[in-house]
Amino acid sequence: MSDGTSGFGRLSQLTIRTCVRGLVIAVLSVIPGIPLFIASVVSLPLLAVGIGVVPVPMSLLGVRRRASQQRRFALEWSRVSIATPYRPRPHEVSNGLIGRLQRCKWLLTDPATWRDLLWTLVNAPVGVALGALPAFLVSIGVWTVVADTGTLLFGWSDTAPRGFWLQVFLLSALLAGVLAGPRILKAHAQFSAALLAPTRKELDAQLGRLNESRSQVVDASAAELRRIERDLHDGAQARLVSLGMSIGLAEQVLRNDPDLALKLLAEARESSGQALTDLRHLVRGIHPPVLAERGLDGAVRALALTLPLPVDLRIELPGRPPAPVESAAYFAIAEVLANVVKHSAARSAWVQLEYSSQARLIAIIGDDGAGGAVPRIGGGLRGIERRLAAFDGVIAVTSPVGGPTVVTMELPCELSLART
Amino acid sequence: MRVVLGEDLTLLRDGLIRLLTAYDMEVVEAVDNGPALLHALVTHRPDVAVVDVRLPPTFTDEGLKAAIEARAQVPGLPVLVLSQHVEQLYARELLSGGHGGLGYLLKDRVSDVRRFIEAVRTVAGGGTAMDPEVVSQLLARRARDEPLRRLTPREREVLALMAEGRTNAGIAARLVVTEKAVSKHINNIFTKLDLYRGGDDNRRVLAVLTYLNI
Repeated sequence: MSDGTSGFGRLSQLTIRTCVRGLVIAVLSVIPGIPLFIASVVSLPLLAVGIGVVPVPMSLLGVRRRASQQRRFALEWSRVSIATPYRPRPHEVSNGLIGRLQRCKWLLTDPATWRDLLWTLVNAPVGVALGALPAFLVSIGVWTVVADTGTLLFGWSDTAPRGFWLQVFLLSALLAGVLAGPRILKAHAQFSAALLAPTRKELDAQLGRLNESRSQVVDASAAELRRIERDLHDGAQARLVSLGMSIGLAEQVLRNDPDLALKLLAEARESSGQALTDLRHLVRGIHPPVLAERGLDGAVRALALTLPLPVDLRIELPGRPPAPVESAAYFAIAEVLANVVKHSAARSAWVQLEYSSQARLIAIIGDDGAGGAVPRIGGGLRGIERRLAAFDGVIAVTSPVGGPTVVTMELPCELSLART
Repeated sequence: MRVVLGEDLTLLRDGLIRLLTAYDMEVVEAVDNGPALLHALVTHRPDVAVVDVRLPPTFTDEGLKAAIEARAQVPGLPVLVLSQHVEQLYARELLSGGHGGLGYLLKDRVSDVRRFIEAVRTVAGGGTAMDPEVVSQLLARRARDEPLRRLTPREREVLALMAEGRTNAGIAARLVVTEKAVSKHINNIFTKLDLYRGGDDNRRVLAVLTYLNI
């Protein structure tokens, strides 16, 4: 009989869970759903008189957060996957008025914003109705059973006598609540998906952006290969040719002019040393050996030691990111630190490297310099941005005039276990 | 002089054996991976070990780790570390494991046979031989520091050569000046950097490296 009991236990557990989830949906549809909708609708006309630039992004981002929350519920509770339709956030030049205006434009021109808003409105009644339904059905059924049992056993008389069919109806409500509850929540998830999922056009636009970033990456790596080819051609290869020539000449004159032969051999040795130096620089630019040997942690430590200013390091990585991510992160950090040395007039810098619970590698680089760093087209920061974009990574720079400058990078990745 | 060699590339290993043998050194064992190197170092306790940083099985810094571990087990075991690239990080790790009997050179330096053999002998004798590239990186890094600015360019040259483990005679030959002039420069450097005056070359090098905060 224990099987039956645990089966009953599991069923009631599932039912309670469904009811609670439904109620959460119902409550959130109203609060904060309705206030967010009203705030958005009221603040939009304020844009015309200018003061809307503060409340509009606030309320619309609130709506967006609410919608994203529902997307998560749909996936986790009903296995209805709703993709995120939003356009990527633009780079804000400042936190001032221009930055706010940019944010408004970004939000208002995205069709997904308007569909979110429509969903918030329609969802208020729909969310309440569908969300509360399982709990309602189950509770009237349970109430009937409890009341009837009470009447039968203890002679409770405060319940009015019910007809047979009403009895059947109330009990079938319980059955419906238990059996159909998850399906009701799923229906709500599908209703939400209809408004919250990206449209065909938005998916196409996302695809377009992906194609663009892919072709940028392909271009960048092709350019990188051309650079390596040229460096080898003009550097190490040329020096090896001259090395061969010196040795060949030394061979020719060895018997007749040993002094000249010695001189040529010394030249040859010099050429070989130069070739090795060239190769070493080239290798460092492709993939620094210390990165291969020690991972990101050791490579950043080694890098910090070579800089002409003290760099405070706080590195907490429980494992190693995949090699391409490690390399992208290393070069990004190296570029930022090179900028610190070149432009900031900083006396010290710091690097913080950690792995967040959202499976992101986070690097924060700061200095106590003059600030005022602006990402220019074709500048180093833009290059880093492109490099990180290939891994869905992002970079943010805050650099008020007068400093300090803080650069934050995030790269989604999995860590492998740390090697011993 | 008994030498243990740790180098995985056959071409370089054979070349180094030939080179060391030509200068009357006996290569008692030549190994090609980290664990075997550690074993060879601890059992043979050679007069000097010549070790490549990158070795199998991981092809990372097995050689360096084996060298550091061997020096932990056999304090003062002379080790000359060779690598295709030099890192201050590694220099620091090597030096933190004990004083003297330590070298860290780029592989390129092997081509200057006489100097390379000199470095092997210096290390075997308990001295220190740092690669000029490590030293120049250190000087560049510390160039902003007040005390280093007080040095004349010539004195900086002398300081760099000292950190490479050269003797006064070696520095004099390199700079084409008299030994007397060199020792005068060195006295000036010690005064300007508030360094104590060491008795032998090794203590002198360590003083410099300590000052440079390696």
